[in-house]
Amino acid sequence: MALRTLATRRRLGLGFQSIRGFQTFSLPDLPYDYGALEPAISGEIMQLHHQKHHQTYITNYNKALEQLDAAMAKGDAPTVVKLQSAIKFNGGGHVNHSIFWKNLAPVHEGGGEPPKGSLGSTIDTNFGSLEALIQKMNAEGAAVQGSGWVWLGVDKELKKLVIETTANQDPLVTKGSLVPLLGIDVWEHAYYLQYKNVRPDYLKNIWKVMNWKYASEVYEKECP
Amino acid sequence: MELHHKKHHQTYVTNYNNALQQLDAAMAKGDTPTVVKLQSPIKFNGGGHINHSIFWKNLAPVSEGGGEPPKHSLGWAIDLHFGSLEALIQKMNAEGAALQGSGWVWLGLDKEFKRLVVETTANQDPLLTKGPSLVPLLGIDVWEHAYYLQYKNVKPDYLKNIWKVMNWKYASEVYEKECP
Repeated sequence: MALRTLATRRRLGLGFQSIRGFQTFSLPDLPYDYGALEPAISGEIMQLHHQKHHQTYITNYNKALEQLDAAMAKGDAPTVVKLQSAIKFNGGGHVNHSIFWKNLAPVHEGGGEPPKGSLGSTIDTNFGSLEALIQKMNAEGAAVQGSGWVWLGVDKELKKLVIETTANQDPLVTKGSLVPLLGIDVWEHAYYLQYKNVRPDYLKNIWKVMNWKYASEVYEKECP
Repeated sequence: MELHHKKHHQTYVTNYNNALQQLDAAMAKGDTPTVVKLQSPIKFNGGGHINHSIFWKNLAPVSEGGGEPPKHSLGWAIDLHFGSLEALIQKMNAEGAALQGSGWVWLGLDKEFKRLVVETTANQDPLLTKGPSLVPLLGIDVWEHAYYLQYKNVKPDYLKNIWKVMNWKYASEVYEKECP
């Protein structure tokens, strides 16, 4: 990440001063090779998804942040408001995909191994079994109208596991004080080259490379 | 084309019929919560059926006039409203490329004001969800399934090329019916 600082002190209309700067972002490396998730997800999809789709969200997010910074400096409220759409879409795209790459792991690195510890037992308590959870998430993911994501999250306040969907690139936080444990991208670009229109097959197979270790770490941090 | 027609459009039709059947039963029973709940699959699948039915008529092989620019009243209206056909195409392609998520970009006619409009709709929302007096002349599907196998993430290339098979004859017929 790069830190850019506007070292100018500006007087805002409200009579106080600030130094403003903002961070820009770059594409995080995948913790595995593009082909490492085969046959569940093809190397072709992983490469396009990472190098093209995720990269584009980052590029456009950085651009929007720059425009936002300039508009804020000028006190240009209409532009600040207008930019929220690009910020939400591209920033959300960056947030979501960054989580997604950590949600997946090659089989030889534990991908597909069921959750143990407290997350495993909580899943059984809340959903009956891991199979029941998977079935529910797959049903919700298959039913998403258009583009979006299906999530396993934990409600920070109630300490409960939840399944949620979000539209387009809306991050899970837009649905409440929820922390994402696992997200499945159900945009067509996430599966079409391999699974064509048969999204349910993609949803069935992605669990073979699901990185429950990551999900457990996040869960145990929220619910120690 | 084959997947789009035989799988995607067919699925909308199948699910629309299912939803209509459930709606009919719920209405017969006076089951309002179910009637309301069904509006989502009705809108999505009914919209998908409407939109794709228009889409197939919007396209034509080159040998059958696909890509030939509009003549007569629609051609003149385009020049009047947008400056030129190229300007219209540029605008539609920009809007289609900028669409966040899944949806459609439309050339429509506002029946009331007799004006041409460029609009986008999300997911399978038909054009009249943007205004009851809007009549679709041309729609371009910008869901990823419409282009991904061929164009991958490069949606702008798909948008550039689809005009080579655009059926302006159909658009003109619809336009002349509304604006005789």
